[in-house]
Amino acid sequence: MNKNRISQLPFHLMLLPGVFLVLVFSYGPMFGIIMSFEQYIPAKGFTGSEWIGLDNFRYVLDMPDTFTVLWNTMYIAMMKIVAGLVFPILIALLLNEVRKNVVKRTIQTLIYLPHFLSWIILGGILIDVLSPSSGIVNHFLGIFGVKPIYFLGNNHWFPFTIVISDLWKEFGFATIVYLAALTSINPVLYEAAIVDGANRWRQTLHVTLPGMTPIIVLLLTLSLGNVLNAGFDQIFNLYSPQVYESGDIIDTMVYRLGLVDAQFGPAAAVGLFKSVVSFVFISVSYLLAYRFANYRIF
Amino acid sequence: MTTGQKTFNWFNHVFLIALSVLCILPLIHVLAISLSDKTAASAGDVVLWPVHFTWQSYSYVLGKPEFMRAFWITIERVLLGILVNMFLTILLAYPLSKEARVFKYRTAYAWYFVLTILFSGGLIPTYMVVNQTHLIDSIWALIIPGAVPVFNVILLLNFFRGLPKELEEAAFVDGAKQWTVLWRLFVPLSTPALATISLFTIVGHWNSWFDGLIYMNKLEHYPLQSYLQTVIIKTDLAMQSSKDLNSLSQVSERTSKAAQIFMGALPILIIYPFLQRFFVKGIVLGSVKE
Repeated sequence: MNKNRISQLPFHLMLLPGVFLVLVFSYGPMFGIIMSFEQYIPAKGFTGSEWIGLDNFRYVLDMPDTFTVLWNTMYIAMMKIVAGLVFPILIALLLNEVRKNVVKRTIQTLIYLPHFLSWIILGGILIDVLSPSSGIVNHFLGIFGVKPIYFLGNNHWFPFTIVISDLWKEFGFATIVYLAALTSINPVLYEAAIVDGANRWRQTLHVTLPGMTPIIVLLLTLSLGNVLNAGFDQIFNLYSPQVYESGDIIDTMVYRLGLVDAQFGPAAAVGLFKSVVSFVFISVSYLLAYRFANYRIF
Repeated sequence: MTTGQKTFNWFNHVFLIALSVLCILPLIHVLAISLSDKTAASAGDVVLWPVHFTWQSYSYVLGKPEFMRAFWITIERVLLGILVNMFLTILLAYPLSKEARVFKYRTAYAWYFVLTILFSGGLIPTYMVVNQTHLIDSIWALIIPGAVPVFNVILLLNFFRGLPKELEEAAFVDGAKQWTVLWRLFVPLSTPALATISLFTIVGHWNSWFDGLIYMNKLEHYPLQSYLQTVIIKTDLAMQSSKDLNSLSQVSERTSKAAQIFMGALPILIIYPFLQRFFVKGIVLGSVKE
């Protein structure tokens, strides 16, 4: 009864700055989407530019690279999703078998680190170590008689280099969640399994893995929202014109189309396409996560 | 323990240790190059230990006005960014953490913010808005568009909800106002969550490069990572795609580039040990809810 008397005003006031900023910088751009239906000319603005309907979309569909870019995006993103799911689970299981806490913590400290470095730093490092002429990786491969491989300049190797270097950066951090899930498994289950004569392998198979299933399902569902996110930061910093064929993704295409070639309308059209598809995938994945894993964001 | 288990343990340890070493080996390699003599570095003699140890590349980088200017812009950005981000995160998380029966419009507001995670205008319209608000070429272009970190708000509001209700009620009985309860009660009680979020915010601002690249027209306004993007990544990729892979200018710059890469990572490497303690807990709190 008393609760209803609580003034709502302080709440509104607290939210006001955030509401305003989000209105301008998040909702503002949503209105800016109009330009994907216009022959947008900056000097004339949104209201002054000529309305051309779906012409920007037709123009983009007619570009020869569009389907390559779409394919590259999904191909790289899917490989990243699968690798980024399987490998951390494996590492979490193996780390769980390490009994000495000092060793375990040291390993964790080292594998988490790359996550906190920017793709600029890691890009700079990768460009150096993967260089075909002076890089240490090719130097090392040379010892075994392998000819220098141009990892970042060869269309065959580029996607794999991207996926593996992303895995290298993120697998450690991704294991945290699985390790957390492992610690929450009831120890009684293991004791029961031991009584039943299960060895460590059997315990892993029948206690640990089933115990991890909910979190695996949750992360798999949530990763659905990323099918069009192949990693702009990484690819932008590692690609070059000779690997556009295998490495150009939607985000890098939007960047070049809009901010380099100043084709605002078509670039916004591609961006809109990506936003809509991503919106659908994220909504569906959150819905699935809610339905099957009882997951809620707040 | 059976022989099979012993063998497994042995392989497991070797594998995991090798893997974790692999995570930092490239960083050590670059550090070794940065501390080596130019000729040794260009000859490819440096592996994990500096050859002909010298501070030369570091004194060159630290004496470079463009590098230092970019460095200070990033410091400024991190300080401003953490203030703005944290203030807004706290201010938004509090009302949104209330139940709908206490704050009637809570759900509507929550959806208003969550929608921005689900759908965005995309790169070009966002750039246009920043351009029209005249933020281009000002440090605020790096702060204001990302001032409301919705994910952090959600993390903090979930934490706020876990605080004991009795404390809050007692404060209200004593005549405290919402504002007082927030800053005198909720904020001090949320140190672990606030520490996690602020450390992520610091790392985020330190590592950001793309906004600097597109919102700044002049190189002298670039924050450090954008600057490094231009001098290390762009020039290197351009160099490697040219036919002359062994061009002398590239290799002679190798040590100074390595030094800049390492300097760009250094603050993270310094705060990382402090960071790690918090984030493991923070992530676990945020992800494995029942």
